[in-house]
Amino acid sequence: MIINHPLLGPRDAAEFVYLGDAALIDRPDPEAENADEQFYEYGYLRDNPAGAHQELWYHEQGDRSWLVVTRDTLTHEITGVKLARDEAKKRGRNK
Amino acid sequence: MSQQTHRISGGLIDRSSTLEFTFNGKKMQGHPGDTLASALLANGQRLVGRGFKYHRPRGIFTAGSEEPNALVQLRSGAHQEPNTRATVTELFDGLTATSQNHRGSLEFDFMAVTDLLSPFLSAGFYYKTFMWPKAFWEKIYEPIIRSSAGLGSLSMQEDPDIYDKGFLHCDLLVIGSGPAGLAAALSAARSGAQVILADEDYHAGGRLNAETYDIDGISGSDWAAQTLAELSAMDNVRVMVRTTVYGAYDHGVFGALERCTDHLASSDGKPRQVLWRIYSKRSLLSAGATERPIAFGNNDRPGIMLAGAVRTYVNRYGVSPGKQVAIFTNNDDGWRTATDLAAKGVDISAVIDARDIEPPASVHGAAVYMGSSVVDTAGRKGLRAITLASGERLEADCLAVSGGWNPNVHLTCHQRGKPQWRNEINAFVPGSTLPAGMRVAGAANGALSLGAALRDGTDCATSIMADLGFKSKASKAPTASDEAHASSAYWHVPESRPRAWLDMQNDVTVKDIKQSFKEGFRSVEHLKRYTTLGMATDQGKTSNIPALAIMAECTGKTIPETGTTIFRPPYTPIPMGALAGRARGKDFRPYRLTPSHKWAENNGATFVETGNWLRAQWFARPGEKGWRDSVDREVEMTRASVGICDVTTLGKIDIQGKDAAEFLNHVYTNAFLKLPVGKVRYGLMLREDGIAYDDGTTARLGENHFVMTTTTANAVLVFRRLEFARQCLWPGLDVHLISTTDGWAQFAVAGPNSRNLLSKVIDAPFDLSNDAFPFMACSELTICGGTPARLFRISFSGEMAYEIAVPARFGNAMMGVLMEAGKEYDAVPYGTEALGVMRIEKGHAAGNELNGQTTALNLGLGGFVSKKKDCIGKTLSQRPELNRDDAIRLVGFKPVDHSQPLLAGSHFITKGDTANMANDQGWMTSVAYSPTFGHSIGLGFIKRGHERKGEIIRVVNPARNIEVEAEIVSPHFYDPEGGLQRG
Repeated sequence: MIINHPLLGPRDAAEFVYLGDAALIDRPDPEAENADEQFYEYGYLRDNPAGAHQELWYHEQGDRSWLVVTRDTLTHEITGVKLARDEAKKRGRNK
Repeated sequence: MSQQTHRISGGLIDRSSTLEFTFNGKKMQGHPGDTLASALLANGQRLVGRGFKYHRPRGIFTAGSEEPNALVQLRSGAHQEPNTRATVTELFDGLTATSQNHRGSLEFDFMAVTDLLSPFLSAGFYYKTFMWPKAFWEKIYEPIIRSSAGLGSLSMQEDPDIYDKGFLHCDLLVIGSGPAGLAAALSAARSGAQVILADEDYHAGGRLNAETYDIDGISGSDWAAQTLAELSAMDNVRVMVRTTVYGAYDHGVFGALERCTDHLASSDGKPRQVLWRIYSKRSLLSAGATERPIAFGNNDRPGIMLAGAVRTYVNRYGVSPGKQVAIFTNNDDGWRTATDLAAKGVDISAVIDARDIEPPASVHGAAVYMGSSVVDTAGRKGLRAITLASGERLEADCLAVSGGWNPNVHLTCHQRGKPQWRNEINAFVPGSTLPAGMRVAGAANGALSLGAALRDGTDCATSIMADLGFKSKASKAPTASDEAHASSAYWHVPESRPRAWLDMQNDVTVKDIKQSFKEGFRSVEHLKRYTTLGMATDQGKTSNIPALAIMAECTGKTIPETGTTIFRPPYTPIPMGALAGRARGKDFRPYRLTPSHKWAENNGATFVETGNWLRAQWFARPGEKGWRDSVDREVEMTRASVGICDVTTLGKIDIQGKDAAEFLNHVYTNAFLKLPVGKVRYGLMLREDGIAYDDGTTARLGENHFVMTTTTANAVLVFRRLEFARQCLWPGLDVHLISTTDGWAQFAVAGPNSRNLLSKVIDAPFDLSNDAFPFMACSELTICGGTPARLFRISFSGEMAYEIAVPARFGNAMMGVLMEAGKEYDAVPYGTEALGVMRIEKGHAAGNELNGQTTALNLGLGGFVSKKKDCIGKTLSQRPELNRDDAIRLVGFKPVDHSQPLLAGSHFITKGDTANMANDQGWMTSVAYSPTFGHSIGLGFIKRGHERKGEIIRVVNPARNIEVEAEIVSPHFYDPEGGLQRG
């Protein structure tokens, strides 16, 4: 596979390490009332869609960017690549 | 010396030069341009091997990589290569080939008796017979079956050849250099695109070299040569012959195998084969088509060949496979064999066409039988005669069979694309879902005439160039005629009584398919696995489609309804050596050397792999009888005076930024905000699920500057997780990370004389006194007259100890400097074993304890999880199940009888209880013989361990049937108060 890195252009997937669902960005608030429940879901429950999936890839053999890659799990077609840092900020993680 | 009795005029061979080779020891001759198969045929050698199951005589069936029969063993000694297809083996001077799969000589194979047993050896016979007694299968039946069936044999020696890997990029990859591929490559190349043209053959041109076509008024093979010459002269084109594009992968990536030296007598130190990974923006599959046979009785005799292959031998190699040739076809293309052979003056005994139509051509001197078929053949070791449905018997030493052509759709299906059936040509063509960026042209796309292939190739290239934004020069397709290729759906001869072979590589007959159907097999995938149809080196290239047509006949379904099995890479076999490339032996994966590796090598070190690192395990001295002698001495001398150990392998992460301390607070369980500059703190990391992950020390070198250490094993993983935390969880923090593991060589200097030793090395006026530089202090400084260094007063051994870091390039010299300075104190180097003994004596947790199942509480580090702040893993570490009263705790163990050793992995059982899992109290994680205490000691997890000190427990090892009694003690055997390390 080839991942079109937002900063470095198309790079072979072999340069990356795969982590999984980009929902891992959404770490729950430990101060929330049901934080234990939220952390349980965060830690253990994942969607496993057949089709478009947002997932985290780490450019370990490159610039060490974490990326959010939108990949079709049926065809491997990649329809979007963003810096995870930008995505995390967009999702309200500004601290 | 055998004579080239079957050599005729013409062909693309160089008759001015003669190549000598041997087959089963028999000397033969051929010419440059020959394959082993064409040279064997030229020498009249029709019998080349024995069948897989019934050991029937077999000959050359095709002229390409689809060959099911003519598998031979090439070369000798360590270079011996089994299962090589003679049809694609380029002849070289001195080639040695032997036939496979027979006992006794090829002519008199004792195993041919299996043919008489054939009624008992039908599809799936080994599932049904040999059932009793049960133990006989593994010990008797299976070994016999395996040794009597089978292909070639391995040399059982290490592969002496070199293999390499490479990467290529292009705008357009053209796969196959037949008419469509050449026309497309030419059109694209003239537009200025970067083009790779790959072909598995050593002579580009595809069928143009095997047929008697004209293009633009010149012969097809001349046109191919001219086009190739133009392409080869262009800077933007890479022509790769002897290169099989074997797999289509995601996003335009292809795998290709280039056979660089297989056509030479010796590799001469060069890579034998190169495995290429080709990145293409677009690809064009122009892989042509493969002819399929018709199944009829005894259709596997040497001398029975595909009709197109016969043309190839006649036209390309100047070899007539027979002196008296009959042709059996169900389509117009088969008639080309007749006309081509007649033009060369080869005697044609008959043309038999299954179709009851007007003969599509007239062939001089040949009897024509329309609406007829071949039902049987004769000739044990080579064809002598054929019998027609009418009962008429005709003499022939070669029978050319054509059942029509199958487009080579394989690569279009590697991304799960499904081929679709096209009735007009009675064949599967590529489906609508193709690998990204791929187009298909020519015969591979069902364009089975030359004119159509050339137009298709040119048109595809033009549209691809437009798509990629190249200004395409209006290029006109080369012109050629559209020859007749009408075919019929005729797969086997129903009137035939004897066995009719479909898959000659696996000895699968028409009857086997019908029997599978009777036994309830319907899916072609099941059929394949039950009968082994389409397996092994040829992957059923000639047999699959006729077989599934027969399956369709049985089920009453159509062929498209029946479908094909899934096509998977590789298209043709890839040697394991090519897949391994240079990753073999000690280069199987990268390995890393510590900065002081050379010094250690020169000083008697034994090395051990820790992750990718090679670390000194111990340093043997003359007279020491075993590793324990060396390790005990290293521990004793370190504790008595001073020892030095290269600890560079620990991960080092430089952390900087004004929010660096806050960042550390997020990733470590304990607080780092208030760590003063110039101090080091132990830190514990959890996984988000609350399990302990890694530990280490982090030093604050400046207000906004920290240096973290990790365990050796987790150095890469921790860095990855920190980057995840930094970029994904807390992207607002001003903090940056860089791995400096390789940047600094670091040495532990441990023992009561460590300060004395170091004071000789560091530059004035740095004050090393306990007041100025106490336990857990750190500083940047210079040593040896100006060399920059970092000093940390930390201890893993429990001794007064330091770790000193210098830029990695000084590492080897630094080891020498430290040892020289330590001479007066009898300083010793110590390895990972002594390091491990001392850490167990001190009760530090390591990988055995941080095993991915244990919590801070289990490790006795519960107090390190700060109650005042959040950190990764904190919330889930508070789960009740992880905090039960009877949770396991890390404690120490010493044997009641000091002479007895403890064993890691042993389980703890309370005295009086039965030793079973229900009564399991925990397990021993680390043990060592402690030279300091003179007996074995251990660390382990045991339920409520912290409350059980003094209890005598059974340490049970059922696997080795060993049991000892041990006392539960503090894990801190050595200097539990820590006075020494603070000293």
